[in-house]
Amino acid sequence: MTDLNKLTIREVHEGLLVKKFTSVEVTKSCFDEIKKRNKDLNAFVSLDEDGAMKSAQEVDAKIANGEKISLLGGIPAAVKDLINTRGIKTTCCSPFLKDFVPPYDATVVEKLKAHDFVMLGKTNLDEFACGASTEHSCFGVTKNPYDLERVAGGSSGGSAAAVAADMAFYALGTDTGGSIRQPASLCGTYGMKVTYGRVSRSGVTAMASSWDTVGHFARNVDDVAIVLEAIAGRDVKDSTTPDIKVPDYSKFLSAGVKGLKIGLPKEYFGEGIEKETADTVKAAVLKLEKEGAQVVEVSLPSTKYAVAVYYITMPAELSTNLERFDGIRYGKKPANEPDNLVDYYFAARAEGFGDEIKRRIMIGTYVLSAGYYDAYYKKAQKVRTVIIQDFVKVFEKVDVLIAPVSPFPAFKIGELVDNPLAMYMADALTIPASAAGLPSLACPVGMSASGLPIGLQVIAPQFREDLCLQVGARV
Amino acid sequence: MLNEDTIKHVAKLARLGLTDAEVKKFTTQLSGVLEYVEILKEVDTENVAETSQVTGLKDVFGKDEVEKGKASREELLGCTELPIDSKQVRVMPAIK
Repeated sequence: MTDLNKLTIREVHEGLLVKKFTSVEVTKSCFDEIKKRNKDLNAFVSLDEDGAMKSAQEVDAKIANGEKISLLGGIPAAVKDLINTRGIKTTCCSPFLKDFVPPYDATVVEKLKAHDFVMLGKTNLDEFACGASTEHSCFGVTKNPYDLERVAGGSSGGSAAAVAADMAFYALGTDTGGSIRQPASLCGTYGMKVTYGRVSRSGVTAMASSWDTVGHFARNVDDVAIVLEAIAGRDVKDSTTPDIKVPDYSKFLSAGVKGLKIGLPKEYFGEGIEKETADTVKAAVLKLEKEGAQVVEVSLPSTKYAVAVYYITMPAELSTNLERFDGIRYGKKPANEPDNLVDYYFAARAEGFGDEIKRRIMIGTYVLSAGYYDAYYKKAQKVRTVIIQDFVKVFEKVDVLIAPVSPFPAFKIGELVDNPLAMYMADALTIPASAAGLPSLACPVGMSASGLPIGLQVIAPQFREDLCLQVGARV
Repeated sequence: MLNEDTIKHVAKLARLGLTDAEVKKFTTQLSGVLEYVEILKEVDTENVAETSQVTGLKDVFGKDEVEKGKASREELLGCTELPIDSKQVRVMPAIK
């Protein structure tokens, strides 16, 4: 049987139930695709073929015994390699953790295991999720499935490419300032960035704790909804997850957009945004208007400050979170062990961290150091409040916002890597929603003249992922 | 504008060993970033409170209990590359 790897989650589920095919066959079709394409794309950094086949056999046995399986049961998926998987290497694509095998699962992985999870392997990322291109990975860059000379985006570039290239039905990722939406957009797939706190981060290596979220990639909105329902919700191990009911997200997909008010923030269509990208997104919005949505132009005047807010607060929080990497309880010890503890720290961290991480630790340590805290960190967190107020005001007038995800389609490998500030601008349109903790769904919406995917994002008020999906289903 | 001495001082605070080439490179690159974030001075934040939590949760309490059945002591100790002594990680002296 061919192309099982290209079906939707529901199609696979139904096929499994009527015994048209088995989970083992579906899983094998994913590995066939991986063997064909991963060599070129470098989406996966490690595979667990034995484990995946064993999980698939267990699902098939359950079905044979007439036991119930959930929609996600036996559906093969991938996990970003900074999400802990018990007994399976979790490297954060950092030299520091190149051989690290976590002794426990992240909560999201535990939740998926309760749904008869079939995990194919772990996907590439920028070291510790810091980057917009996966060029900062110790395993090398992930290439764009549409053009091997271009990046897949980042930091969850491996997960995006794996899903876009039909190697996995869905993949887990993380989004701090755009790390799910931007690679989803560059690879032409769907990417769900959830409300801050909607999905537990326990067992996921922390980057910037007041921004970090865990989400996922999938190839259609229904698949996005099914996975979201499985991974969202309260977790006592992550105190930022509120006890808010997780709805049956799939039921919102058929509601349509008639009567909904959609805002187009003018700052997301202006300077710095490629015209082709802006026009493609506007054309998609026109279609929604024809279906009965009310479209209005709105303004989020503080948009231009978001990147600066992010590049102060994120490195500050990152440098604090990465203090725990000392090469003692876990992680690589330095090649030549110094004879005292302080020198050991210096050596372990010098060898363990890559270039971009060192740069961000330096920025973070500087802005938090005595005499600069008020001028940088505190000031940035105040401007963040102003950005949040912009969104609060605009959501009094509209139900959702639609905007481009990335200012430009996938860029060439190496094009921005030596220019950190230019690379940081790749996240200019995704950072503001992150600053306010808002959910945003990246949806593929068309192709550029040069054959590269263009994406839009549907941004909704906090904990209204249902609205993102409802609109996304009509895009 | 940052100078190399400041970069070396910050690296020391961060317990981060840097090569001379890295010190040079980061002096230029960090100066660029700090120059860019000056843009925030345009925003009047006179009576604005700083954000620390975006969804409004506060004072989240939980029971302080050890959860059994997760990673075992042996598994946790298995994560280090340093020698194990009396079920603890042996490190080099902190004081010379």
